[in-house]
Amino acid sequence: MSSDCNSCGFAATGPEYSQSGVPTTRTVALAGNPNVGKTSVFNALTGLRQHTGNWPGKTVLRAQGTYTFDGRDYMVVDLPGTYSLFPRSTEEEVARDFICFGQPDVTVVVADATALERNLNLVLQVAEMTDRVVVALNLVDEARRKGMAIDADKLADELGVPVVSTVARSRRGIEELKEIVDRVATGQVTPSPKPIVYDQDLECQIQDLLPQVSRIVGDKLSPRWVALRLIEGDTDTLNKIEQHLGTTVTTESIPQPAQP
Amino acid sequence: MSTTDPKTEFAQLRSAAAQRAHPQLSDQFVTSLYERAESITSQVVQQDAAVHRFSWDDWADKIATSRFWGVLSMIVSLSVILWMTIAGANVPSALLAEGLFWVEGQLTTLFQSLGSPDWLHGFFVLGVYRALAWVVSVMLPPMAIFFPLFTFLEDLGYLPRVAFNLDRLFQRAGAHGKQALTMAMGFGCNAAGIVSTRIIDSPRERMLAILTNNFVPCNGRWPTLIAMATLFIGGAVAMGQTTVAAAVLAVLVLIGVFVTLVVSWVLSRTVLKGIPSSFALELPPFRRPNFGRILVRSLIDRTLKVLWRAMIVAAPAGALTWVLANIYVGDTALLYHATGAIDGFARAIGLDGIILMAFILGMPANEIVLPIMIMGYLSGGAMTELDSMQALKSLLVDQHGWTWLTAVCVMLFSLLHYPCGTTIYTIYKETKSAKWTTLAGLMPTAIAIGVCLAVAQLVRGLGWV
Repeated sequence: MSSDCNSCGFAATGPEYSQSGVPTTRTVALAGNPNVGKTSVFNALTGLRQHTGNWPGKTVLRAQGTYTFDGRDYMVVDLPGTYSLFPRSTEEEVARDFICFGQPDVTVVVADATALERNLNLVLQVAEMTDRVVVALNLVDEARRKGMAIDADKLADELGVPVVSTVARSRRGIEELKEIVDRVATGQVTPSPKPIVYDQDLECQIQDLLPQVSRIVGDKLSPRWVALRLIEGDTDTLNKIEQHLGTTVTTESIPQPAQP
Repeated sequence: MSTTDPKTEFAQLRSAAAQRAHPQLSDQFVTSLYERAESITSQVVQQDAAVHRFSWDDWADKIATSRFWGVLSMIVSLSVILWMTIAGANVPSALLAEGLFWVEGQLTTLFQSLGSPDWLHGFFVLGVYRALAWVVSVMLPPMAIFFPLFTFLEDLGYLPRVAFNLDRLFQRAGAHGKQALTMAMGFGCNAAGIVSTRIIDSPRERMLAILTNNFVPCNGRWPTLIAMATLFIGGAVAMGQTTVAAAVLAVLVLIGVFVTLVVSWVLSRTVLKGIPSSFALELPPFRRPNFGRILVRSLIDRTLKVLWRAMIVAAPAGALTWVLANIYVGDTALLYHATGAIDGFARAIGLDGIILMAFILGMPANEIVLPIMIMGYLSGGAMTELDSMQALKSLLVDQHGWTWLTAVCVMLFSLLHYPCGTTIYTIYKETKSAKWTTLAGLMPTAIAIGVCLAVAQLVRGLGWV
């Protein structure tokens, strides 16, 4: 396993390339608040093809599994359940680092339909870091039972990313989720998340930085997110970004979790 | 630009931006984020007011988290689970024991027919196999009942509410509300409880939870506790023995919780000084549990794993006990030389040499404490099972002078003493520190000795026995 990114807690995951240059396994990161059925979605996607371990150097459980859709292989990495991605706890740091620097092909955010507002905080944060986001609106049956009607199409419009309604415990919507993940991963669908707009002063600073940042980070990271971190000036995060830009992502293999 | 290396370029950009960076921005990030989430939600969610009239969830939540009913329902559900475990485990335990000891008879016949020497048969059959048979027959049924019940409550969404109820108490002791969950896990197995402290983010509170987890009696200690409760307390009351025994166990658990709080309070003001970190505990909705998953998860992930670990430590312990009881120095076995040496001290804390020796030899796995004790009393040279509780009682009381005080001290010592070998190993793996592991072993031992000494001296001083 290539380990030039080990200092940030995990090895970078680029998809593995076969000799013809076609990626053989695509990576799907699974994020979500605690208790939203994220594990149910994970189980429904991967079935028994999964194994667990720890994130390198962290006492945080890491589960990953695989599935195949339409002949293409996917590896799902189940991120720790978190409410936000401000790197305040180990779990949040692990989740954020994987979404930003682990280069998943798609990040699926599992959201609890019965508590949408709180769950959207995480969705919006993820969408600030990467364009390739899909929302799995889970527990829609429970929301309906509580008398909530959620307009999933409108939610997709507002967010600018695909939204799939699911009831993971009974596997409802899982095939649709696999399909849309596949489309995003293969580039047939390109989500364009609508950014969170900050106050004018901050937006001016972002616009100032964007051209330079875009040129430097290319498509490795979201320029807007990097610009925000520059303005915020958090040393740890900026160190990680710097380090990430120094690595060449080419043929790194998929990290295997340490055996428990 | 003189360079094309993105890393260097970024470093330059970074130092330029550092001039005007303002780290106070996080408030604004959060505010904008929340506003956006709120505005989207208000546009896509329609709440049907009619449905909100009455909801079972809200009602159940009110009960489960109310100051009075919450605590009461917690104690009741704990007692019910304990009762179901004790009552339900008896029959399968007896059947398993019968089956496994029948196998032992077959093994003995086999060894004899092959003409193997006595020591070989003793070492493997009377030592190793018997220890394993004990562990399996005594541990498996209660675990197979307890873990699914526990996972059921977990799946239902009840456990986070227990943490919520206990949070106030734990906060006052300088600890974390989630510690209640790791303690609940400890009922099954302290080693599992220690691993589950990973859910506590803050290192300080996590260490508190690790150091005190042992004060929750695990499955391995229950057989001992149950036997004591049934023989000496349940038997004295006319009511159903199981009910009284369950009540005694529930009280014992409360003593354990009390000690946990006191120790947490002391540690957080001495060795582990610091400010308790705040935590937001979310109450997930009550859910209809998924029974298939409960069974698979609790039986495979928990029961079999714990059982396997117990067997690994019990096998060598059984062998060692057999060796000690069968090697003679002079005309006394090594084991009795040792029990004689510690008898005086043991009696001061309400036990006797054989009981204390059983706790020491039983360190690898708590479930073999009682068998070693009985073996010591019978001078049998191998671990034995007495076929009835009455036979056990007459052995202890008539032949070896046990009183209710002895039983109480055995229960207290079992509740409070050092963690078993598996747990200590787990603590070392989780903390990666020899210092904390040593403290985790010595502190409970000191408390167990102190409490038993105080109780024994007090009761004797008052002339109650």
